[in-house]
Amino acid sequence: MTSNLTNESARVAAMFRKMLVIRAFEEAAGENFFAGYVRGSVHQYIGEESIAVGICENLRDDDYLTSNHRGHGHSIAKGADPRAMMLELFGKVGGTSDGKGGSMHIADFSVGMLGANGVIADGCTISVGAAQAVKLLGQDRIVVNFIGDGGINRGPFMEALNWAKVYELPVLFVCENNQIAATTTTRLVTAGEGIARRAESFDVPAVTIDGNDLFTVDGTAARVISEIRNGSGPQLIQAMTYRLRGHFAHDDAGYREPGEAEAALEHEPIRRTESWLCENGLSQDELDAMRAEVTAEIAGYVDDAMQADWPDPSLAFTDVQDVGAPNMPGAIS
Amino acid sequence: MSEMTYAQAARLGLQEEMRRDPTVWALGEDLGYEGGMAGQYSDLQAEFGADRIVDTPISESTIMGAAVGAALAGTRPIAELRFSDFAMCAVDELVNQAAKARYMFGGQARVPMVARMPIGIRGGIAAQHSQSPEAWYTHVPGLVVVTPGTPAENRGLLKAAIRCDDPVVYMEHKGLWGVTGEVDENDPSEIPLGVARTVRDGRDITIVSWAAQVGVAAEAAEALASEGISAEIIDLRTLWPWDRDTVMASVARTGRLLVVHEAVRVGGFGGEIAAEVAEELGVPVARLGGERIPIPFSIPLEEAYKIKADRIAARVREMPA
Ligand SMILES: Cc1ncc(C[n+]2csc(CCOP(=O)(O)OP(=O)(O)O)c2C)c(N)n1
Ligand SMILES: [Mg+2]
Repeated sequence: MTSNLTNESARVAAMFRKMLVIRAFEEAAGENFFAGYVRGSVHQYIGEESIAVGICENLRDDDYLTSNHRGHGHSIAKGADPRAMMLELFGKVGGTSDGKGGSMHIADFSVGMLGANGVIADGCTISVGAAQAVKLLGQDRIVVNFIGDGGINRGPFMEALNWAKVYELPVLFVCENNQIAATTTTRLVTAGEGIARRAESFDVPAVTIDGNDLFTVDGTAARVISEIRNGSGPQLIQAMTYRLRGHFAHDDAGYREPGEAEAALEHEPIRRTESWLCENGLSQDELDAMRAEVTAEIAGYVDDAMQADWPDPSLAFTDVQDVGAPNMPGAIS
Repeated sequence: MSEMTYAQAARLGLQEEMRRDPTVWALGEDLGYEGGMAGQYSDLQAEFGADRIVDTPISESTIMGAAVGAALAGTRPIAELRFSDFAMCAVDELVNQAAKARYMFGGQARVPMVARMPIGIRGGIAAQHSQSPEAWYTHVPGLVVVTPGTPAENRGLLKAAIRCDDPVVYMEHKGLWGVTGEVDENDPSEIPLGVARTVRDGRDITIVSWAAQVGVAAEAAEALASEGISAEIIDLRTLWPWDRDTVMASVARTGRLLVVHEAVRVGGFGGEIAAEVAEELGVPVARLGGERIPIPFSIPLEEAYKIKADRIAARVREMPA
């Protein structure tokens, strides 16, 4: 990369690269789902990369994060190893859970990533608990919970907001508002003004931003996270965005308005960040080279995942619990 | 007769009941456009309107609780929870409210609702989307528990569940959604709750099972037959009330019982049946069920959880003759 970049351009370029890694990871996950190598549900984060990257850029490694079903981007942004994640999607040894969890259960506790989640809004209550532990242990970590706009209609979201405020916990709720939950338009099943108003009704400060604008996300996160770390209590960021793909890889999103997804491409975060970089010190050649490098990196992980070993079946019976662990099959039938 | 899938047959049963009884309605996530996870609600919103096929917020407690309230107030709601795993977000409403209202209120109330919550392994959807918690609900007084095994049964039993005046936990097996079978569209009758089906006649042992595991037991019976062991297979179809008469009569003839289920063996419903049979008939009994582990994601691990036909056959061979 050019050496004469300003500090700001260099920082943005680093974030941009992370967004590219997420995008390439998700494209590869989808391709390998269709090729039959990745089973189950693959919820892609395509079009929302600036949110995870802009938020996590302002976190420390020891801050905690809880995620949802659409967790690949959150995990990569928090510092989880995309190679181990790819191996997990393939169900192979060396995956983040050696194949026990799969796409909806990616976790990397070494970087504070406390887990994706297959159950909507369960991350909200887990977050306030993690924050309570932080308080009890006298640490200055903060906890970030990613939740979707559909998830805010489950009770645990409201209970967690109340709880976080009652105990003045260091939690940042980030609601990724892509206006849709699976095939259902959120506004049709959500009363009132929604997310931000709900937070404010618990005296949890809330701000609504353009989540596809990396600069806004980064700037807002920097301010809010430092306030929380300095004792402001819980806050919420509502990041407006758009899910460029179906709910999961095997959803063709036929319920969208014609032209809707195409129009949304105008506002998608990678393009926007790329134009900024073009105007601020990076040549198109350099950007193309970065993209090629990232694509090759992810392709390498896919190759590794193809070649990696399947877990030994005995692994199915480990890590259940200590006292009262299961028998290996055949021991008792 | 027409050939249809297990999911299509459920849709047919629901459509017939909704046409017959205007108080029948359904509520759940993504029922309109998507038509349910396997098309069990396809196009029904177009026919019956958005007030009877209701797209709800992601609010499981209220899906279940609202069904309880609507059942108390004169309708027959079907609460669609999509996965038995998500129904766990609403166990309180089901167990503390639906199951007990009739009793607590001295018979003034009836709760004619169906809580649909599919069970089972479907391949690669791991620990929070693959569970088989049917035994939990058999333990709760007031609930009926149904596990349909074929397309025809998924139509007939769903109809019976909808007509039932008490709350029914209706558990389709996700692995059966695409399975096809004959359904007699001209016969609109329900299949009565609490009646098992003898899938295969045999002399030497009775194998009791339900849901997707019945097919695996049938494979085992085939293998055993070639060795001269004749296994009778019973699909329980309803777990509570379970068809004691059919099971006891069969075991009285064959002299041995094996219960097989996909659900975890420890605390599974197989234990209840085995104990009842042993107490009443004093014959050898055995159980096969999943090891007490969450359902793993990766293929070899998920396969290691499953009870395959060879294990069933081997267990039968081990049993005292
Ligand atoms: C308790 C629960 N109910 C339902 C589901 C099924 N489900 C998975 S993702 C999803 C939609 C979530 O929408 P949203 O929260 O807006 O997140 P997005 O997918 O848009 O990122 C639903 C209904 C679930 N996983 N957990
Ligand atoms: Mg959404």
